[in-house]
Amino acid sequence: MTLSYLVQQLLNGLSLGGAYAMIAIGYTMVYGILRMINFAHGDEFMVAGYFMVYAIAVFPWFVSVPLVIGGTVLMSVLIEKTAYKPLRNAPRMSVMISAIGVSYFLQNLANYLFTAMPQSYPQISVLKYVYTFGDVSVSRVTLLAPILTLVLAFLLVMFVNHSKLGMAMRACSKDQDTARIMGIRVDNIITMTFVIGGALAAIGSILYFTDRNTVQPYSGSLPGLKCFVAAVIGGIGNIPGAVVGGFIVGICQIIITAAGYSVFSDAFTFLLLIIILIGRPSGLFGEKAVEKV
Amino acid sequence: MLEVRNLKINYGGIEAVRDISFDVPDAKIVTLVGANGAGKSSTLRSIIGLVKSSGGTVKWGKEVLNGKKTDEIVKNGITLVPEGRHVFPDQTVLENLKIGAYLRKDSLEEDLERVYKLFPRLKERSWQLAGTLSGGEQQMLAVGRALMANPSIIMMDEPSLGLAPIVVQDIFKIIKKVNKAGTTVLLVEQNANMALRIADYAYVIENGRVTMQGTGKELLSNEDVKRAYLGTSAG
Repeated sequence: MTLSYLVQQLLNGLSLGGAYAMIAIGYTMVYGILRMINFAHGDEFMVAGYFMVYAIAVFPWFVSVPLVIGGTVLMSVLIEKTAYKPLRNAPRMSVMISAIGVSYFLQNLANYLFTAMPQSYPQISVLKYVYTFGDVSVSRVTLLAPILTLVLAFLLVMFVNHSKLGMAMRACSKDQDTARIMGIRVDNIITMTFVIGGALAAIGSILYFTDRNTVQPYSGSLPGLKCFVAAVIGGIGNIPGAVVGGFIVGICQIIITAAGYSVFSDAFTFLLLIIILIGRPSGLFGEKAVEKV
Repeated sequence: MLEVRNLKINYGGIEAVRDISFDVPDAKIVTLVGANGAGKSSTLRSIIGLVKSSGGTVKWGKEVLNGKKTDEIVKNGITLVPEGRHVFPDQTVLENLKIGAYLRKDSLEEDLERVYKLFPRLKERSWQLAGTLSGGEQQMLAVGRALMANPSIIMMDEPSLGLAPIVVQDIFKIIKKVNKAGTTVLLVEQNANMALRIADYAYVIENGRVTMQGTGKELLSNEDVKRAYLGTSAG
């Protein structure tokens, strides 16, 4: 194994990790506020992939990208309003089951509309531009993914910790009734969470599929699950945790594949989940429990 | 003035509140006393819109509050200090106070000063996480947070619950102070003794109904109230 090969793989890992982190943030934020796992999130990411396929057929990339983000946000909010909001007062398990239903619905809808044949993902030349350093060659998207992820995650954390809306968001995630008494419109805060989650899923989808070239109805299923694992590893409900978890899962996957054990790469992700759940159930940066009554 | 008429509240077929009517005139302290489960908390939660009533009306001045969303009710100058304090434990004292003023767009400096003056302890601890405060301090924070909304009426649900007697004294002193400054107070208490002492007018609630009413003094000396709630029957 040469050094350049190692560097190459590390860059690939960072890139994949960045895309995973974007999606993991969506899982973690929704969990933080509704205490439910949005199992449809991975499939929203897949549908975002199809959005791009069809958008790029008509528009140039700089129109398509905002269109894909907007479309995914709309879908994410629509899912919340139709499948989760009516169950606001139901037991949490009902919402979770509803989310699983939405997940299968999206997969089958995509299957019906776009067929099960993988479609080639548009190769946006700006993103695909290849830099060569000696033996290492990387596309622009590979470099962009981790940087964009870190920048967006940083902005998001600043927003959550220092803006008035962020403050309201944290209040809702702790205690919705009391947040209401403060005059916070909890439903609006929840919608905002789904807007952010949808936008990040769309960006993550562009970063992920550009490097992978095809999209099919089940493209969101396994990556979605892995991003959920990433969110759990980082400590679900914690945004920086989701980013770190995303990078851990992405880099591990690439390293194992590069070492020639690609058959085991998925299994390893879930092994990691089991180890974390046994050793540190609240994840690396899980919620600290300070409560004094 | 807050006017509650024939309020009814059902929880899945169980009547928590059967028929409660009372008035809270401006700038007064009115208290609802009664045993656990009598329907006092449900009444407050329904006034602020957290619980739907199944009958009756709640009027605030000329405004009918029934069916309004909580944020609209809060905008009308009504606020609630919930039972069990419910401060936001992972946020600092200062942030908790700021959340209390969530709907306000004007400057908060003056009100922050006012709250800090009322509760010097909160100023000392403004950067501490609310979850690390003692029970009494959390209660003060909950009251301070409610005051930050600059309410016309502040409803308090069992502010003395689980606090040491000396702290309870402090809390009641503060309630009187807040009222002196012009804020109407609707107080729900199991600690009838303390509540009746500071109340201008009081209602006794039993099984979701008002069974007695009178000025605080009248009820304090009423034999039935003494026997049932004060434990000081002359026997």
